[in-house]
Amino acid sequence: MKLELHKARVRGIQWGGKTALGGNRVLQVNRAELMELLAEDGRFASIDMDIARPGESVRIVPVKDVIEPRCKIEGSGEMFPGMVGDVESAGEGKTFVLEGAAVVTCGKIVGFQEGIIDMSGNAAEYTPFSCTYNLALIFQPTEGLEIYEYEQACRLAGLKAALYLARKAHEAGAGADNVETYELPSMTESFTKFPNLPKVAYLYQLQTQGLLHDSYVYGLDAKRLLSTLIHPNETMDGAIVSGNCVSACDKNSTFVHQNNPVIKALYARHGVDVNFVGVILTNENVTLADKRRSSAYAVKLASMLGVEGLVISEEGFGNPDADLIMNCRRAESAGIRTVLITDEFAGRDGASQSLADATPEADAVVSTGNANMMIELPPVERVIGYTDYVDVIAGGFSGSLREDGSIEVELQAITGATCELGFNRTGAKTL
Amino acid sequence: MKPYRIVHYLNQFFGGVGGEEKADIKPESREGAVGPGVAFKAALKGEAEIVGTVICGDGYFAENMEKATGEILALIAAFKADAVITGPAFNAGRYGAACGAVADAVRAKLDLPALSGMYEENPGVDLYRKSVVIVPTSDNARGIKDAVPAMSRLILKMLSGETLGSAAEEGYMERGIRVNCFHHRPGAERAVEMLLSKLRGEPFATEYPMPNFDRVPIAPALKDIKNATIALLTDGGIVPKGNPDRIESSSATRYGTYSFAGIDSATDKLYATAHGGYDPTYANHDPNRVLPLDVMRDLEREGAFGKLYETWYSTVGNGTSVAMARKFGEEMGQALKAAGVDAVILTST
Amino acid sequence: MVKEIERVGLPIVHICTIIPISLTVGANRIVPAIAIPHPLGDPSKTPEEEKLLRRRIVEKSLLALQTEITEQTVFND
Repeated sequence: MKLELHKARVRGIQWGGKTALGGNRVLQVNRAELMELLAEDGRFASIDMDIARPGESVRIVPVKDVIEPRCKIEGSGEMFPGMVGDVESAGEGKTFVLEGAAVVTCGKIVGFQEGIIDMSGNAAEYTPFSCTYNLALIFQPTEGLEIYEYEQACRLAGLKAALYLARKAHEAGAGADNVETYELPSMTESFTKFPNLPKVAYLYQLQTQGLLHDSYVYGLDAKRLLSTLIHPNETMDGAIVSGNCVSACDKNSTFVHQNNPVIKALYARHGVDVNFVGVILTNENVTLADKRRSSAYAVKLASMLGVEGLVISEEGFGNPDADLIMNCRRAESAGIRTVLITDEFAGRDGASQSLADATPEADAVVSTGNANMMIELPPVERVIGYTDYVDVIAGGFSGSLREDGSIEVELQAITGATCELGFNRTGAKTL
Repeated sequence: MKPYRIVHYLNQFFGGVGGEEKADIKPESREGAVGPGVAFKAALKGEAEIVGTVICGDGYFAENMEKATGEILALIAAFKADAVITGPAFNAGRYGAACGAVADAVRAKLDLPALSGMYEENPGVDLYRKSVVIVPTSDNARGIKDAVPAMSRLILKMLSGETLGSAAEEGYMERGIRVNCFHHRPGAERAVEMLLSKLRGEPFATEYPMPNFDRVPIAPALKDIKNATIALLTDGGIVPKGNPDRIESSSATRYGTYSFAGIDSATDKLYATAHGGYDPTYANHDPNRVLPLDVMRDLEREGAFGKLYETWYSTVGNGTSVAMARKFGEEMGQALKAAGVDAVILTST
Repeated sequence: MVKEIERVGLPIVHICTIIPISLTVGANRIVPAIAIPHPLGDPSKTPEEEKLLRRRIVEKSLLALQTEITEQTVFND
């Protein structure tokens, strides 16, 4: 299966008469046209839109999801299959990407877990989305709308907007600045092709624990999955979509699912010093039986593939630490070597136990940082969204938001700060 | 440039006053370096010098910690110290605890750099490693020749205002404090690199060593349940509606103390959940699903056990730091025991 | 929290879903719960059935409190 990502680099964003990527690489957005598209969903009482650029003194809060604008230009399947696109398999052919742009969904809070993106200041270096040209969508639900409905409406609107931007820009003639090609042969071929390279797979854990804690695969609620195989290219076409933001720091936004850095790193070394065999998807459910079933199934798949090594990424913290440790223990017992990627909750003083579970077999761990670290956010000139919720979002506390607009919170509240796919360069060490 | 002024803390033995029979001496000062202090002169390279020594008996310190610390700090301040070195205490337990306490107080109250040196099994290590820089030493005084250069190098670095690197880099005992940093490469690349090293049998360094969890002795079983008072607690975040104590949805820094008096069931009229780590719909609809008050009352009425303790505690166990959880547990345990509670049920989500 | 309460000498039962975590951290008497968002409930059942399930878990806990143990014990059915 071969996929080409045709990437057009975005260097600016502004409202314009026609949605297109200008010659100077500034993304023009036809506000009225997009508004009309999103307003088709009657569940919104109001939709507002705003723009945030890197370096501006702007804060977006509360952030639900972040999505990269992409659309299919050739090949079967559609972007975000099963969600806003048709369910046929995606991941091959050609996909157009507005690289450097992002849609950020925001608005009245659904629950405690939404986050903050600062476009400048010290908090900006902790979120990848201070470097993207962001189109923020701010929603208000209709009166009395059930929260599950509201969450779904926001989720779908974000995907629609991302698809709209890419498609319109491509139709208006935006050309790619570079093309990346991703190709993996069938498994029978890969086993024989690189006989001397270690066979490695990626075990991709998805958070699947209920409202604001869910993930979707081809539109299917991943709670209901038996661990399964997926081609890495499918993730690039939005086969995995986020329905969760718990907590903001280690929630996998749709953006990072589309740009999975573990997949990228394995592809980069495939055929060089590793034989990247494939990706196994698994979930993080709320009963012990489900956790054990998914874990046993996932490691069995890895054994069936005959892999020698597994990179395992977690999503979330607390009870999902049990899934991570369980997968590690099982794999190591089966003779498969593992490396785990996780963040830490070591307390504000960094002196506490970082993970809820542990096992001696977990001797190779990459840490994406202590999410309890306190951080001070300066007052900003402009807030997109609402600051009312800062005190109650995970990582905030009574008094987080101060009168002058500055905020004292844990890193936990910063969107994508400790992403456990290993998206960022953050880490931690022991003093 | 004038050399930095260092004050050295010693116990009665190293201070040359006497052995165990002098362990009760009160803090006293000496000009310049005393005993092992003299060995520091060369290692401090003229950039710093020990201008004074404070000596205190290990016994006096252990029995009058607060008072003794105050007296010692006063004596240190009188020397117009820039920094303080305590010990090294090697494997002497009371001395190690005193060295740790003094260094900690100097840091916290006088805001001066301070460090100590001890053998890794010295009880002072567990007590003070988080807040005090402790240089590892051998278990007896012959190790002074290695301890002195290490302690000197570190105190000079601390005096210069430079931030200390990690324990591994600088040669002090791991304080067990996790601090964030930025690596050169994203985590995903580091993970693939680490896996390949592991597969090849090459050395690699985990970025997070797994912790060891201590075990607590098993409390004896209840003998007389019919007359037992049982307390019901939760860390599933059930709180009176409106969360009057503002318990945080994550990283809770407090717990609530509430009363079951006159209440037969944890209904949604009275309670809701403040926990941000799970889908709250079910708990909000019927809080008994997390805090089983209805069933406890039924069983109490039927005589299955003596009495449901009137007071209950709640916090949010979502990303709660272990240190915080330990503190809550200690306080709750003391209070429950003092109130004559016989057993406890804790529910978690 | 469980361990600190037990340290003062009070027998304590931990009702929780993620047994492995409770075992790793070191609780001594553990009773399995139903699911994370509803440890002592089951929204797929009627309120009467739920209450019965809840009662069973609490009864098991009372039994656990009265049981002498020599090592960490999960009180399954």
